[in-house]
Amino acid sequence: MHSIKRQKIINNSLAFIFLGLIAIAVLIPFYFMLVSSFKNVAQIFSNGLNVNIDFSKMNLDNYKALWTNRNGIYWLWYRNSLIITIVQTILVLVLTSMVGYGLAMYRFKGRNLIFIVVLIMMMFPGDVLTIPLYYLITKLGLLNTYAGVILPGVVPAGTIFFFRQFCMGLAPDYAESARLDGCGEFRIFWNIYVPLMKPAFGAMTILTTMGAWNSFLWPLIVMKSDTNFVIPAGLLSAMTPYGNNYQLLFAGSVMSIVPIMLIFIFNQKAFQDGFVVGGVKG
Amino acid sequence: MDSTGPEIMTKPKRKINWQKVAPYLFVSPFIIAFLLFSVYPFVSAIKMSFEQVNGIAGSTWIGLRNYKQLFGLNEFYAALWNVFRYTIWTLLILIPLPMLVAFVINRKGTPLKGFFKSVYFAPVLTSTVIAGLIFRYAFSDDKTGVFNQWLSVFHLGPFDWLENAHTAMFALVIIAVWRWIGVNTIYFLSGLQGISPDIYEAADMDGANGWQKFRYITIPMLKPITIYVLTISIQAGFSLFNESYVYWGAESPNNIGTTLVTLIYKTAFTDGNFGLSCAVGVALFIIVTVVNAIQTKLMGLYDN
Repeated sequence: MHSIKRQKIINNSLAFIFLGLIAIAVLIPFYFMLVSSFKNVAQIFSNGLNVNIDFSKMNLDNYKALWTNRNGIYWLWYRNSLIITIVQTILVLVLTSMVGYGLAMYRFKGRNLIFIVVLIMMMFPGDVLTIPLYYLITKLGLLNTYAGVILPGVVPAGTIFFFRQFCMGLAPDYAESARLDGCGEFRIFWNIYVPLMKPAFGAMTILTTMGAWNSFLWPLIVMKSDTNFVIPAGLLSAMTPYGNNYQLLFAGSVMSIVPIMLIFIFNQKAFQDGFVVGGVKG
Repeated sequence: MDSTGPEIMTKPKRKINWQKVAPYLFVSPFIIAFLLFSVYPFVSAIKMSFEQVNGIAGSTWIGLRNYKQLFGLNEFYAALWNVFRYTIWTLLILIPLPMLVAFVINRKGTPLKGFFKSVYFAPVLTSTVIAGLIFRYAFSDDKTGVFNQWLSVFHLGPFDWLENAHTAMFALVIIAVWRWIGVNTIYFLSGLQGISPDIYEAADMDGANGWQKFRYITIPMLKPITIYVLTISIQAGFSLFNESYVYWGAESPNNIGTTLVTLIYKTAFTDGNFGLSCAVGVALFIIVTVVNAIQTKLMGLYDN
Protein backbone atom coordinates (compact mmCIF):
# COMPACT_ATOMS: atom_id res chain seq x y z
CA MET A 1 0.00 0.00 0.00
CA HIS A 2 2.77 2.40 0.92
CA SER A 3 4.68 1.84 -2.28
CA ILE A 4 1.57 2.50 -4.38
CA LYS A 5 1.14 5.81 -2.63
CA ARG A 6 4.77 6.67 -3.21
CA GLN A 7 4.45 5.73 -6.87
CA LYS A 8 1.49 8.10 -7.14
CA ILE A 9 3.45 10.97 -5.61
CA ILE A 10 6.32 10.31 -8.01
CA ASN A 11 3.98 10.19 -11.00
CA ASN A 12 2.26 13.42 -9.98
CA SER A 13 5.62 15.11 -9.51
CA LEU A 14 6.79 13.94 -12.93
CA ALA A 15 3.58 15.26 -14.48
CA PHE A 16 4.10 18.57 -12.70
CA ILE A 17 7.70 18.88 -13.87
CA PHE A 18 6.76 18.01 -17.46
CA LEU A 19 3.95 20.56 -17.56
CA GLY A 20 6.02 23.11 -15.65
CA LEU A 21 8.91 22.98 -18.12
CA ILE A 22 6.54 23.52 -21.04
CA ALA A 23 4.90 26.39 -19.16
CA ILE A 24 8.27 28.08 -18.69
CA ALA A 25 9.10 27.69 -22.38
CA VAL A 26 5.71 29.15 -23.30
CA LEU A 27 6.16 32.15 -21.01
CA ILE A 28 9.72 33.08 -22.03
CA PRO A 29 8.76 35.25 -25.03
CA PHE A 30 6.30 37.18 -22.86
CA TYR A 31 9.10 37.74 -20.38
CA PHE A 32 11.38 39.06 -23.15
CA MET A 33 8.69 41.42 -24.29
CA LEU A 34 7.84 42.73 -20.85
CA VAL A 35 11.43 43.24 -19.71
CA SER A 36 12.44 44.87 -23.00
CA SER A 37 9.54 47.26 -22.83
CA PHE A 38 11.08 48.91 -19.75
CA LYS A 39 14.55 49.18 -21.23
CA ASN A 40 16.34 51.82 -23.18
CA VAL A 41 16.22 50.85 -26.85
CA ALA A 42 19.91 51.49 -27.50
CA GLN A 43 20.70 49.27 -24.55
CA ILE A 44 18.57 46.42 -25.86
CA PHE A 45 20.07 46.43 -29.31
CA SER A 46 23.68 47.19 -28.51
CA ASN A 47 23.78 43.81 -26.79
CA GLY A 48 21.49 41.75 -28.95
CA LEU A 49 18.25 41.21 -27.13
CA ASN A 50 19.44 41.69 -23.59
CA VAL A 51 16.75 40.53 -21.21
CA ASN A 52 18.45 40.59 -17.84
CA ILE A 53 16.53 42.43 -15.16
CA ASP A 54 18.34 45.49 -13.85
CA PHE A 55 15.93 47.87 -12.20
CA SER A 56 18.40 50.77 -12.18
CA LYS A 57 18.32 50.76 -15.99
CA MET A 58 14.60 50.19 -16.42
CA ASN A 59 12.04 52.96 -16.83
CA LEU A 60 8.75 53.93 -18.44
CA ASP A 61 10.26 55.96 -21.30
CA ASN A 62 9.08 53.54 -23.98
CA TYR A 63 5.51 53.78 -22.74
CA LYS A 64 5.72 57.58 -22.74
CA ALA A 65 7.06 57.39 -26.29
CA LEU A 66 3.81 55.77 -27.39
CA TRP A 67 2.29 59.23 -27.00
CA THR A 68 5.16 61.38 -28.26
CA ASN A 69 6.71 59.32 -31.07
CA ARG A 70 5.40 60.61 -34.42
CA ASN A 71 2.69 62.58 -32.62
CA GLY A 72 1.30 59.48 -30.99
CA ILE A 73 0.65 57.54 -34.20
CA TYR A 74 0.56 54.38 -32.10
CA TRP A 75 -2.77 55.42 -30.60
CA LEU A 76 -4.16 56.01 -34.10
CA TRP A 77 -3.30 52.37 -34.88
CA TYR A 78 -4.84 51.40 -31.58
CA ARG A 79 -8.02 53.30 -32.43
CA ASN A 80 -8.15 51.69 -35.89
CA SER A 81 -7.73 48.22 -34.39
CA LEU A 82 -10.42 48.95 -31.79
CA ILE A 83 -12.96 50.27 -34.31
CA ILE A 84 -12.37 47.41 -36.76
CA THR A 85 -12.50 44.80 -34.00
CA ILE A 86 -15.66 46.12 -32.37
CA VAL A 87 -17.63 46.66 -35.58
CA GLN A 88 -16.51 43.39 -37.10
CA THR A 89 -17.32 41.44 -33.94
CA ILE A 90 -20.83 42.90 -33.69
CA LEU A 91 -21.60 42.23 -37.36
CA VAL A 92 -20.15 38.71 -37.23
CA LEU A 93 -22.14 37.80 -34.13
CA VAL A 94 -25.47 39.12 -35.40
CA LEU A 95 -25.16 37.63 -38.89
CA THR A 96 -23.62 34.24 -38.09
CA SER A 97 -25.96 33.58 -35.17
CA MET A 98 -28.89 34.15 -37.54
CA VAL A 99 -27.47 31.79 -40.14
CA GLY A 100 -26.54 29.13 -37.59
CA TYR A 101 -29.99 29.38 -36.02
CA GLY A 102 -31.68 29.15 -39.41
CA LEU A 103 -29.69 26.06 -40.35
CA ALA A 104 -30.40 24.32 -37.07
CA MET A 105 -34.02 25.24 -36.38
CA TYR A 106 -35.77 24.95 -39.74
CA ARG A 107 -36.16 22.16 -42.25
CA PHE A 108 -36.13 23.69 -45.70
CA LYS A 109 -35.07 22.93 -49.23
CA GLY A 110 -31.35 23.54 -49.68
CA ARG A 111 -30.55 23.29 -46.00
CA ASN A 112 -28.11 20.42 -46.37
CA LEU A 113 -26.47 21.96 -49.39
CA ILE A 114 -25.87 25.23 -47.53
CA PHE A 115 -24.48 23.36 -44.56
CA ILE A 116 -22.07 21.43 -46.80
CA VAL A 117 -20.94 24.71 -48.35
CA VAL A 118 -20.29 26.05 -44.84
CA LEU A 119 -18.17 22.98 -44.08
CA ILE A 120 -16.21 23.34 -47.32
CA MET A 121 -15.57 27.02 -46.63
CA MET A 122 -14.13 26.11 -43.23
CA MET A 123 -11.35 24.20 -44.98
CA PHE A 124 -10.89 26.63 -47.86
CA PRO A 125 -7.49 28.41 -47.92
CA GLY A 126 -8.77 31.98 -47.93
CA ASP A 127 -5.49 33.48 -49.13
CA VAL A 128 -6.39 32.27 -52.63
CA LEU A 129 -8.97 35.07 -52.74
CA THR A 130 -6.61 37.86 -51.67
CA ILE A 131 -5.98 39.43 -55.08
CA PRO A 132 -9.55 39.30 -56.49
CA LEU A 133 -10.90 40.58 -53.17
CA TYR A 134 -8.41 43.43 -53.39
CA TYR A 135 -9.78 44.24 -56.86
CA LEU A 136 -13.35 44.00 -55.62
CA ILE A 137 -12.69 46.31 -52.69
CA THR A 138 -10.94 48.74 -55.03
CA LYS A 139 -13.89 48.69 -57.44
CA LEU A 140 -16.31 49.34 -54.58
CA GLY A 141 -14.18 52.35 -53.60
CA LEU A 142 -13.43 50.85 -50.19
CA LEU A 143 -9.64 50.87 -50.37
CA ASN A 144 -8.09 52.51 -47.30
CA THR A 145 -11.40 52.37 -45.37
CA TYR A 146 -12.61 50.46 -42.33
CA ALA A 147 -15.42 48.97 -44.40
CA GLY A 148 -12.90 47.51 -46.84
CA VAL A 149 -11.12 45.72 -44.02
CA ILE A 150 -14.29 44.55 -42.29
CA LEU A 151 -16.77 43.55 -45.01
CA PRO A 152 -15.19 40.45 -46.59
CA GLY A 153 -14.98 38.79 -43.18
CA VAL A 154 -18.41 39.42 -41.67
CA VAL A 155 -19.96 35.97 -42.25
CA PRO A 156 -17.17 33.48 -41.43
CA ALA A 157 -18.06 29.82 -41.94
CA GLY A 158 -16.42 28.62 -38.71
CA THR A 159 -18.61 30.86 -36.57
CA ILE A 160 -21.75 29.78 -38.44
CA PHE A 161 -20.78 26.17 -37.81
CA PHE A 162 -20.37 26.88 -34.11
CA PHE A 163 -23.77 28.54 -33.74
CA ARG A 164 -25.41 25.82 -35.80
CA GLN A 165 -23.94 23.12 -33.58
CA PHE A 166 -25.01 25.00 -30.48
CA CYS A 167 -28.59 25.54 -31.72
CA MET A 168 -28.91 21.87 -32.62
CA GLY A 169 -28.79 21.26 -28.88
CA LEU A 170 -31.65 23.67 -28.11
CA ALA A 171 -35.24 22.48 -27.77
CA PRO A 172 -37.49 23.50 -30.70
CA ASP A 173 -40.58 23.38 -28.42
CA TYR A 174 -40.26 27.03 -27.38
CA ALA A 175 -40.61 28.08 -30.99
CA GLU A 176 -43.70 25.90 -31.48
CA SER A 177 -45.55 27.32 -28.52
CA ALA A 178 -44.48 30.88 -29.32
CA ARG A 179 -45.87 30.43 -32.83
CA LEU A 180 -49.19 29.29 -31.39
CA ASP A 181 -49.19 32.50 -29.36
CA GLY A 182 -48.79 34.44 -32.61
CA CYS A 183 -45.16 35.38 -32.19
CA GLY A 184 -43.30 36.27 -35.40
CA GLU A 185 -40.33 34.24 -36.61
CA PHE A 186 -37.70 36.91 -36.04
CA ARG A 187 -39.07 37.70 -32.58
CA ILE A 188 -38.87 34.02 -31.70
CA PHE A 189 -35.19 34.14 -32.63
CA TRP A 190 -34.43 37.44 -30.96
CA ASN A 191 -36.53 37.23 -27.78
CA ILE A 192 -36.44 33.51 -27.04
CA TYR A 193 -33.41 31.86 -28.63
CA VAL A 194 -30.78 34.59 -28.49
CA PRO A 195 -30.93 34.60 -24.67
CA LEU A 196 -30.61 30.80 -24.73
CA MET A 197 -27.55 31.14 -26.96
CA LYS A 198 -25.69 33.27 -24.45
CA PRO A 199 -22.82 30.80 -23.84
CA ALA A 200 -22.30 30.51 -27.59
CA PHE A 201 -22.21 34.29 -27.92
CA GLY A 202 -19.65 34.43 -25.11
CA ALA A 203 -17.29 32.00 -26.79
CA MET A 204 -17.72 33.53 -30.24
CA THR A 205 -17.27 37.10 -29.00
CA ILE A 206 -13.88 36.18 -27.69
CA LEU A 207 -12.74 34.19 -30.71
CA THR A 208 -13.94 36.84 -33.16
CA THR A 209 -12.37 39.63 -31.16
CA MET A 210 -9.10 37.75 -31.05
CA GLY A 211 -9.10 37.10 -34.79
CA ALA A 212 -10.00 40.69 -35.72
CA TRP A 213 -7.57 42.24 -33.23
CA ASN A 214 -4.65 40.18 -34.53
CA SER A 215 -5.43 40.10 -38.25
CA PHE A 216 -2.56 41.27 -40.37
CA LEU A 217 -2.31 40.52 -44.09
CA TRP A 218 -5.73 41.77 -45.18
CA PRO A 219 -5.63 45.09 -43.27
CA LEU A 220 -2.05 45.54 -44.52
CA ILE A 221 -3.27 45.27 -48.11
CA VAL A 222 -6.39 47.41 -47.73
CA MET A 223 -4.96 50.21 -45.59
CA LYS A 224 -2.60 52.29 -47.69
CA SER A 225 -1.74 55.23 -45.45
CA ASP A 226 0.22 54.69 -42.24
CA THR A 227 -2.33 56.57 -40.11
CA ASN A 228 -4.88 53.91 -41.11
CA PHE A 229 -2.77 50.90 -40.10
CA VAL A 230 -3.89 48.41 -37.48
CA ILE A 231 -1.51 47.65 -34.61
CA PRO A 232 0.36 44.64 -36.07
CA ALA A 233 0.95 46.35 -39.42
CA GLY A 234 1.90 49.57 -37.65
CA LEU A 235 4.40 47.92 -35.33
CA LEU A 236 5.96 46.05 -38.23
CA SER A 237 6.22 49.28 -40.21
CA ALA A 238 7.91 50.85 -37.19
CA MET A 239 10.71 48.36 -37.67
CA THR A 240 12.16 50.04 -40.73
CA PRO A 241 15.72 51.18 -40.05
CA TYR A 242 14.88 54.68 -41.28
CA GLY A 243 11.93 55.27 -39.02
CA ASN A 244 13.82 55.17 -35.72
CA ASN A 245 10.64 53.91 -34.09
CA TYR A 246 12.07 50.95 -32.21
CA GLN A 247 10.85 52.48 -28.98
CA LEU A 248 7.31 51.67 -30.02
CA LEU A 249 7.96 48.01 -30.56
CA PHE A 250 8.05 46.36 -27.15
CA ALA A 251 5.89 48.80 -25.20
CA GLY A 252 3.44 48.84 -28.10
CA SER A 253 3.34 45.05 -28.17
CA VAL A 254 2.65 44.87 -24.45
CA MET A 255 -0.16 47.44 -24.71
CA SER A 256 -1.71 45.57 -27.64
CA ILE A 257 -1.77 42.30 -25.73
CA VAL A 258 -3.27 43.82 -22.57
CA PRO A 259 -6.93 44.05 -23.68
CA ILE A 260 -7.07 40.55 -25.13
CA MET A 261 -5.34 39.11 -22.05
CA LEU A 262 -7.84 40.83 -19.78
CA ILE A 263 -10.77 39.44 -21.78
CA PHE A 264 -9.13 36.03 -21.59
CA ILE A 265 -8.45 36.09 -17.86
CA PHE A 266 -12.04 37.02 -17.09
CA ASN A 267 -13.59 34.56 -19.56
CA GLN A 268 -11.27 31.59 -19.60
CA LYS A 269 -14.02 29.04 -19.64
CA ALA A 270 -15.82 30.64 -22.56
CA PHE A 271 -12.49 30.79 -24.41
CA GLN A 272 -11.76 27.15 -24.06
CA ASP A 273 -15.35 26.09 -24.70
CA GLY A 274 -15.25 28.20 -27.84
CA PHE A 275 -12.40 26.20 -29.23
CA VAL A 276 -13.80 22.91 -28.11
CA VAL A 277 -17.42 23.06 -29.20
CA GLY A 278 -16.67 25.04 -32.35
CA GLY A 279 -14.00 22.72 -33.49
CA VAL A 280 -14.74 19.26 -32.44
CA LYS A 281 -18.35 18.41 -31.90
CA GLY A 282 -20.33 17.52 -34.94
CA MET B 1 -48.02 29.43 -51.76
CA ASP B 2 -49.90 26.22 -52.41
CA SER B 3 -53.31 27.55 -51.38
CA THR B 4 -56.24 26.34 -53.51
CA GLY B 5 -59.40 26.39 -51.47
CA PRO B 6 -61.31 29.43 -50.23
CA GLU B 7 -59.45 31.48 -47.64
CA ILE B 8 -61.34 30.68 -44.52
CA MET B 9 -58.49 31.03 -42.04
CA THR B 10 -56.43 33.92 -43.37
CA LYS B 11 -54.36 34.55 -40.28
CA PRO B 12 -52.82 31.13 -39.62
CA LYS B 13 -52.16 30.77 -43.35
CA ARG B 14 -49.97 33.88 -43.42
CA LYS B 15 -48.00 32.57 -40.48
CA ILE B 16 -47.32 29.31 -42.24
CA ASN B 17 -45.95 31.23 -45.17
CA TRP B 18 -43.65 33.17 -42.92
CA GLN B 19 -42.42 29.96 -41.45
CA LYS B 20 -41.41 28.87 -44.94
CA VAL B 21 -39.74 32.13 -45.89
CA ALA B 22 -38.01 32.74 -42.56
CA PRO B 23 -35.20 30.16 -42.90
CA TYR B 24 -34.14 31.69 -46.21
CA LEU B 25 -34.05 35.13 -44.62
CA PHE B 26 -31.98 33.76 -41.73
CA VAL B 27 -29.40 32.14 -43.98
CA SER B 28 -29.37 34.96 -46.54
CA PRO B 29 -26.35 36.78 -44.97
CA PHE B 30 -24.24 33.71 -45.62
CA ILE B 31 -25.53 33.22 -49.15
CA ILE B 32 -24.90 36.87 -50.07
CA ALA B 33 -21.45 36.94 -48.46
CA PHE B 34 -20.58 33.57 -49.97
CA LEU B 35 -21.52 34.69 -53.49
CA LEU B 36 -19.95 38.13 -53.21
CA PHE B 37 -16.82 37.44 -51.16
CA SER B 38 -16.06 33.79 -51.99
CA VAL B 39 -17.58 32.56 -55.25
CA TYR B 40 -17.08 35.75 -57.24
CA PRO B 41 -13.44 36.25 -56.14
CA PHE B 42 -12.71 32.55 -56.59
CA VAL B 43 -14.00 32.59 -60.16
CA SER B 44 -12.07 35.84 -60.73
CA ALA B 45 -8.91 34.25 -59.34
CA ILE B 46 -9.17 31.38 -61.79
CA LYS B 47 -9.99 33.73 -64.67
CA MET B 48 -7.18 36.17 -63.76
CA SER B 49 -4.68 33.31 -63.60
CA PHE B 50 -5.15 32.96 -67.38
CA GLU B 51 -4.83 36.68 -68.00
CA GLN B 52 -2.28 39.40 -68.25
CA VAL B 53 -3.79 41.85 -65.77
CA ASN B 54 -3.05 45.49 -66.52
CA GLY B 55 -4.72 47.19 -63.58
CA ILE B 56 -7.66 49.43 -64.45
CA ALA B 57 -6.70 49.30 -68.13
CA GLY B 58 -8.17 45.82 -68.42
CA SER B 59 -6.89 42.31 -68.99
CA THR B 60 -5.85 40.15 -71.92
CA TRP B 61 -6.31 36.42 -72.14
CA ILE B 62 -2.90 34.76 -72.35
CA GLY B 63 -3.84 31.11 -71.84
CA LEU B 64 -1.38 29.11 -69.79
CA ARG B 65 1.46 31.63 -69.90
CA ASN B 66 1.18 32.56 -66.20
CA TYR B 67 1.37 28.90 -65.27
CA LYS B 68 4.32 28.33 -67.60
CA GLN B 69 6.07 31.28 -65.97
CA LEU B 70 5.18 29.94 -62.52
CA PHE B 71 6.59 26.48 -63.26
CA GLY B 72 9.79 28.14 -64.46
CA LEU B 73 10.27 30.09 -61.22
CA ASN B 74 12.82 28.87 -58.70
CA GLU B 75 10.90 30.79 -56.06
CA PHE B 76 7.83 28.66 -56.66
CA TYR B 77 9.69 25.39 -56.03
CA ALA B 78 11.43 26.91 -53.03
CA ALA B 79 8.05 28.01 -51.67
CA LEU B 80 6.53 24.57 -52.25
CA TRP B 81 9.44 22.85 -50.58
CA ASN B 82 9.37 25.28 -47.64
CA VAL B 83 5.65 25.02 -46.91
CA PHE B 84 5.80 21.26 -47.37
CA ARG B 85 8.62 20.88 -44.83
CA TYR B 86 6.99 23.41 -42.53
CA THR B 87 3.67 21.53 -42.59
CA ILE B 88 5.36 18.18 -41.98
CA TRP B 89 7.37 19.55 -39.05
CA THR B 90 4.37 21.24 -37.45
CA LEU B 91 2.35 18.02 -37.79
CA LEU B 92 5.17 15.87 -36.41
CA ILE B 93 5.40 18.07 -33.33
CA LEU B 94 1.97 19.60 -32.92
CA ILE B 95 0.00 16.36 -32.96
CA PRO B 96 1.92 14.01 -30.60
CA LEU B 97 3.18 16.64 -28.14
CA PRO B 98 -0.20 18.28 -27.39
CA MET B 99 -1.76 14.80 -27.26
CA LEU B 100 0.74 13.86 -24.58
CA VAL B 101 0.24 17.17 -22.74
CA ALA B 102 -3.53 16.69 -22.82
CA PHE B 103 -3.10 13.14 -21.51
CA VAL B 104 -0.94 14.35 -18.62
CA ILE B 105 -3.34 17.21 -17.78
CA ASN B 106 -6.29 14.85 -17.94
CA ARG B 107 -4.82 12.15 -15.69
CA LYS B 108 -6.03 11.92 -12.11
CA GLY B 109 -3.83 13.67 -9.56
CA THR B 110 -1.95 16.09 -11.82
CA PRO B 111 -1.67 19.36 -9.90
CA LEU B 112 -2.56 22.86 -11.20
CA LYS B 113 -4.41 21.67 -14.31
CA GLY B 114 -6.37 24.91 -14.79
CA PHE B 115 -3.25 27.02 -14.42
CA PHE B 116 -1.32 25.06 -17.05
CA LYS B 117 -4.23 25.13 -19.47
CA SER B 118 -4.42 28.94 -19.19
CA VAL B 119 -0.68 29.44 -19.59
CA TYR B 120 -0.51 27.24 -22.67
CA PHE B 121 -3.36 29.17 -24.17
CA ALA B 122 -1.73 32.60 -23.81
CA PRO B 123 0.46 32.53 -26.98
CA VAL B 124 -2.45 32.15 -29.36
CA LEU B 125 -3.87 35.43 -28.02
CA THR B 126 -0.77 37.21 -29.22
CA SER B 127 -0.64 38.38 -32.81
CA THR B 128 1.80 36.36 -34.93
CA VAL B 129 3.36 39.62 -36.00
CA ILE B 130 4.14 40.68 -32.46
CA ALA B 131 5.31 37.20 -31.49
CA GLY B 132 7.37 37.08 -34.67
CA LEU B 133 9.08 40.37 -33.85
CA ILE B 134 10.09 39.08 -30.43
CA PHE B 135 11.43 35.85 -31.95
CA ARG B 136 13.20 37.83 -34.65
CA TYR B 137 15.27 39.58 -31.99
CA ALA B 138 15.82 36.41 -30.04
CA PHE B 139 17.25 34.90 -33.26
CA SER B 140 19.49 37.88 -34.06
CA ASP B 141 22.75 36.66 -35.54
CA ASP B 142 25.32 38.36 -33.36
CA LYS B 143 26.79 36.62 -30.34
CA THR B 144 24.48 38.41 -27.96
CA GLY B 145 21.19 37.28 -29.50
CA VAL B 146 19.31 35.29 -26.89
CA PHE B 147 19.46 31.91 -28.65
CA ASN B 148 23.14 32.35 -29.44
CA GLN B 149 23.82 33.33 -25.84
CA TRP B 150 22.14 30.17 -24.61
CA LEU B 151 24.01 27.98 -27.08
CA SER B 152 27.34 29.57 -26.16
CA VAL B 153 26.94 27.92 -22.79
CA PHE B 154 27.38 24.62 -24.64
CA HIS B 155 30.15 26.12 -26.81
CA LEU B 156 27.89 26.05 -29.87
CA GLY B 157 27.35 28.75 -32.48
CA PRO B 158 26.91 31.62 -32.94
CA PHE B 159 24.52 30.86 -35.78
CA ASP B 160 23.16 33.17 -38.45
CA TRP B 161 19.70 31.87 -37.62
CA LEU B 162 17.73 33.72 -40.24
CA GLU B 163 20.32 33.39 -43.03
CA ASN B 164 20.56 29.61 -43.28
CA ALA B 165 17.90 27.24 -44.64
CA HIS B 166 17.90 24.77 -41.73
CA THR B 167 17.92 27.27 -38.89
CA ALA B 168 15.38 29.39 -40.77
CA MET B 169 12.98 26.44 -40.83
CA PHE B 170 13.63 25.91 -37.13
CA ALA B 171 12.84 29.57 -36.46
CA LEU B 172 9.54 29.23 -38.34
CA VAL B 173 8.51 25.95 -36.73
CA ILE B 174 9.29 27.09 -33.20
CA ILE B 175 6.81 29.99 -33.46
CA ALA B 176 4.15 27.56 -34.64
CA VAL B 177 4.87 25.15 -31.80
CA TRP B 178 4.90 27.93 -29.22
CA ARG B 179 1.68 29.43 -30.55
CA TRP B 180 -0.45 26.35 -31.16
CA ILE B 181 0.56 23.88 -28.47
CA GLY B 182 -2.16 25.22 -26.15
CA VAL B 183 -4.95 25.18 -28.70
CA ASN B 184 -4.21 21.66 -29.87
CA THR B 185 -3.98 20.55 -26.24
CA ILE B 186 -7.46 21.97 -25.65
CA TYR B 187 -8.76 20.10 -28.71
CA PHE B 188 -7.32 16.81 -27.52
CA LEU B 189 -8.50 17.44 -23.96
CA SER B 190 -12.05 17.81 -25.20
CA GLY B 191 -11.65 14.45 -26.90
CA LEU B 192 -10.22 12.85 -23.78
CA GLN B 193 -13.13 14.04 -21.72
CA GLY B 194 -15.31 11.95 -23.99
CA ILE B 195 -13.44 8.80 -22.96
CA SER B 196 -15.04 7.10 -19.99
CA PRO B 197 -12.72 6.79 -16.95
CA ASP B 198 -13.96 3.20 -16.62
CA ILE B 199 -11.81 2.17 -19.57
CA TYR B 200 -8.67 3.45 -17.83
CA GLU B 201 -9.72 1.81 -14.58
CA ALA B 202 -10.23 -1.49 -16.34
CA ALA B 203 -6.76 -1.07 -17.85
CA ASP B 204 -5.36 -0.37 -14.39
CA MET B 205 -6.90 -3.62 -13.17
CA ASP B 206 -5.16 -5.45 -15.99
CA GLY B 207 -1.91 -3.86 -14.86
CA ALA B 208 -1.38 -1.55 -17.83
CA ASN B 209 1.27 1.11 -17.33
CA GLY B 210 0.93 4.78 -18.32
CA TRP B 211 2.50 4.33 -21.75
CA GLN B 212 0.30 1.34 -22.61
CA LYS B 213 -2.80 3.25 -21.60
CA PHE B 214 -1.71 6.19 -23.75
CA ARG B 215 -0.83 4.00 -26.72
CA TYR B 216 -3.77 1.57 -26.71
CA ILE B 217 -6.63 3.65 -25.31
CA THR B 218 -5.93 7.34 -25.70
CA ILE B 219 -4.54 7.49 -29.24
CA PRO B 220 -7.26 5.39 -30.91
CA MET B 221 -10.04 7.23 -29.07
CA LEU B 222 -8.69 10.57 -30.25
CA LYS B 223 -8.86 9.72 -33.94
CA PRO B 224 -11.81 11.96 -34.92
CA ILE B 225 -10.21 14.98 -33.28
CA THR B 226 -6.86 14.10 -34.81
CA ILE B 227 -8.46 14.20 -38.26
CA TYR B 228 -9.89 17.63 -37.50
CA VAL B 229 -6.55 18.97 -36.19
CA LEU B 230 -4.74 17.47 -39.19
CA THR B 231 -7.14 19.13 -41.62
CA ILE B 232 -6.87 22.63 -40.16
CA SER B 233 -3.11 22.26 -39.60
CA ILE B 234 -2.51 21.29 -43.23
CA GLN B 235 -4.54 24.26 -44.39
CA ALA B 236 -2.70 26.62 -42.03
CA GLY B 237 0.72 25.11 -42.77
CA PHE B 238 0.48 25.48 -46.53
CA SER B 239 -0.91 29.02 -46.07
CA LEU B 240 2.06 30.17 -43.96
CA PHE B 241 2.65 33.91 -44.33
CA ASN B 242 2.82 36.09 -41.21
CA GLU B 243 5.84 34.52 -39.54
CA SER B 244 7.84 34.48 -42.76
CA TYR B 245 6.87 38.06 -43.55
CA VAL B 246 7.91 39.27 -40.11
CA TYR B 247 11.29 37.53 -40.36
CA TRP B 248 12.18 38.47 -43.92
CA GLY B 249 9.52 40.64 -45.55
CA ALA B 250 8.45 39.55 -49.01
CA GLU B 251 11.92 38.37 -50.08
CA SER B 252 14.22 36.14 -48.07
CA PRO B 253 17.91 35.33 -48.79
CA ASN B 254 18.06 32.38 -51.24
CA ASN B 255 14.30 31.99 -50.71
CA ILE B 256 14.85 30.20 -47.40
CA GLY B 257 11.62 31.70 -46.05
CA THR B 258 9.57 32.03 -49.24
CA THR B 259 6.07 30.53 -48.95
CA LEU B 260 3.19 30.27 -51.40
CA VAL B 261 1.39 33.18 -49.74
CA THR B 262 4.48 35.41 -49.59
CA LEU B 263 4.77 34.63 -53.30
CA ILE B 264 1.14 35.68 -53.83
CA TYR B 265 1.90 38.90 -51.98
CA LYS B 266 5.23 39.59 -53.68
CA THR B 267 4.19 38.86 -57.27
CA ALA B 268 1.16 41.12 -56.84
CA PHE B 269 2.30 43.99 -54.66
CA THR B 270 6.05 44.13 -55.39
CA ASP B 271 6.15 42.98 -59.02
CA GLY B 272 2.64 44.13 -60.01
CA ASN B 273 1.96 40.81 -61.78
CA PHE B 274 -1.58 40.07 -60.59
CA GLY B 275 -2.19 37.29 -63.11
CA LEU B 276 0.84 35.34 -61.94
CA SER B 277 -0.16 36.02 -58.34
CA CYS B 278 -3.57 34.44 -58.99
CA ALA B 279 -1.88 31.41 -60.58
CA VAL B 280 0.04 30.92 -57.32
CA GLY B 281 -3.27 31.19 -55.46
CA VAL B 282 -4.87 28.53 -57.65
CA ALA B 283 -1.84 26.28 -57.05
CA LEU B 284 -2.25 26.78 -53.30
CA PHE B 285 -5.92 25.87 -53.52
CA ILE B 286 -5.23 22.69 -55.51
CA ILE B 287 -2.43 21.59 -53.19
CA VAL B 288 -4.43 22.09 -49.99
CA THR B 289 -7.49 20.38 -51.44
CA VAL B 290 -5.55 17.38 -52.76
CA VAL B 291 -3.46 16.92 -49.60
CA ASN B 292 -6.51 17.14 -47.36
CA ALA B 293 -8.46 14.76 -49.58
CA ILE B 294 -5.65 12.19 -49.36
CA GLN B 295 -5.23 12.74 -45.64
CA THR B 296 -8.90 12.33 -44.77
CA LYS B 297 -9.05 9.25 -47.02
CA LEU B 298 -6.00 7.66 -45.38
CA MET B 299 -7.34 8.44 -41.93
CA GLY B 300 -10.54 6.61 -42.83
CA LEU B 301 -12.91 9.57 -42.52
CA TYR B 302 -15.11 8.16 -45.31
CA ASP B 303 -15.20 4.61 -43.94
CA ASN B 304 -18.30 3.18 -42.27
